[in-house]
Amino acid sequence: MLKIDNINVYYGAIHAIKGVSLEVTEGEIVTLIGANGAGKSTVLKTISGLLRSKTGEINFMGENISTLPSHKIVERGLAHVPEGRRVFLQMTVQENLEMGAYTQKNRDTDADMEQVFALFPRLLERRKQIAGTLSGGEQQMLAMGRAMMSRPRLLMLDEPSMGLAPLLVEQIFAIIQEMNKKGTSILLVEQNAQMALSIADRAYVLETGSIAVSGTGEELIESDKIRKAYLGG
Amino acid sequence: MTFLSYFISGLSLGSIYAIIALGYTMVYGIAKMLNFAHGDVIMVGSYICFFAVSRWNLPPVVGVLLAMILCTVLGVTIERLAYKPLRSAPSLSVLITAIGISYFLQNAAQLLWTSNPKVFPSVVGDGSVKFFDGRLSISVITIVTIATCVVIMVALTWFTSKTRMGKAMRACSEDKGAAQLMGISVNHTISVTFAIGSALAAIAGVLLSSAYPTLMPTTGSMPGIKAFTSAVFGGIGSIPGAMLGGILLGIIEIFSKGYISTQLSDAIVFAVLIVILLVKPTGLLGKQITEKV
Repeated sequence: MLKIDNINVYYGAIHAIKGVSLEVTEGEIVTLIGANGAGKSTVLKTISGLLRSKTGEINFMGENISTLPSHKIVERGLAHVPEGRRVFLQMTVQENLEMGAYTQKNRDTDADMEQVFALFPRLLERRKQIAGTLSGGEQQMLAMGRAMMSRPRLLMLDEPSMGLAPLLVEQIFAIIQEMNKKGTSILLVEQNAQMALSIADRAYVLETGSIAVSGTGEELIESDKIRKAYLGG
Repeated sequence: MTFLSYFISGLSLGSIYAIIALGYTMVYGIAKMLNFAHGDVIMVGSYICFFAVSRWNLPPVVGVLLAMILCTVLGVTIERLAYKPLRSAPSLSVLITAIGISYFLQNAAQLLWTSNPKVFPSVVGDGSVKFFDGRLSISVITIVTIATCVVIMVALTWFTSKTRMGKAMRACSEDKGAAQLMGISVNHTISVTFAIGSALAAIAGVLLSSAYPTLMPTTGSMPGIKAFTSAVFGGIGSIPGAMLGGILLGIIEIFSKGYISTQLSDAIVFAVLIVILLVKPTGLLGKQITEKV
């Protein structure tokens, strides 16, 4: 469903992404792991149109989206939960979710919102609260719920575990799996490689802007090299 | 009774500042730029209404509507041609461009309509209403100005808090990248903001020229600067701040004129601004900028 072919992204003179190709097929959870600064977030930003690739093609559902503006890409069913969550801190929880449904112009979104609340009951409790007053975990939930409101076919998550307590991380990952079971394909960027590989069908390892290794989640967990470099021995 | 009379005049002048300041603050909130050409859009709005009413003998309501429509077109065009290409340029370049547009509009007006002052016809007549056995007399334009300002405030508050577009504006002003990821077109939202700001500028122009009927190509610049001051005073980027800032500035100005000195009134107004900014740099209702990681 998503096929990236040989993208090269630059920050001024810095060649941040060097010829990356990767693929997500329908129904999969694919993870992109790698060290800090390897370029994981840059890959996601390029897919969602916040950054541009100089070369190559990004194909989503049979269409080349590499020149589309971000807001058109969301309409195609590709949602991106950015690094650091970036919820609208001065808006209420409900308003944040409404913004998530911005592309669903003429559709009744109440049922979608109910679904989000079913998945994240904490958000229902805090519906009228300003997002800036939520805890980090709640903001992560809100960012994910907000992305769900656009009815994505593919959901890209950037570091959902960042800064969260271990128990909360497990909860978030369980929800990612649940969303996947309901039919949303997932592209997950993580520093928490252990956690990411444990739920992923397939994985790519990004090292200084290029794909170093790829394989199934299990293969990478078993691999000595990966274990040493990313899983702490 | 003089006090009350000054207060009402201040409220009226402040209402005009508030309406102009809304344009400044909304554009700043979303595009993070100071649109110094805003004051001159007011002048253009006044001229359009002047020609419509005095020369073409159209009814005042039509004149106001025409001014609003043409100013909206003007504002959106300025944004497209001058500011949009500079979206990722340093803010200083955008600021200089805005000042350039301001001069362009003033000089174009001088070329088209000459610098001879024109006498603006009041759109609501010269009547006044008497209170307390005639001891307090309030002109109709004062009442209309205050009422218009109240209507605009209520409408704008409703727009930004209840409508899809209004919420998208708030989302963009907080985080453009995240707003794009929601499917919001930032360029479109900025255009709408300029459209609203310019339509408000046209209304402010008509009200201003009705109260102070001498119309010249430089008519918009001083009220523009005062309104910008109001927006900073109230906290730039904040809609309630612009309203409060504008009204307070108008009241301070009239009281200074009435009780202290006409010549010094502007100095006093700006001195108050300096003091406020020393005590509270974000303005009265400005948001504390805190980054949460």
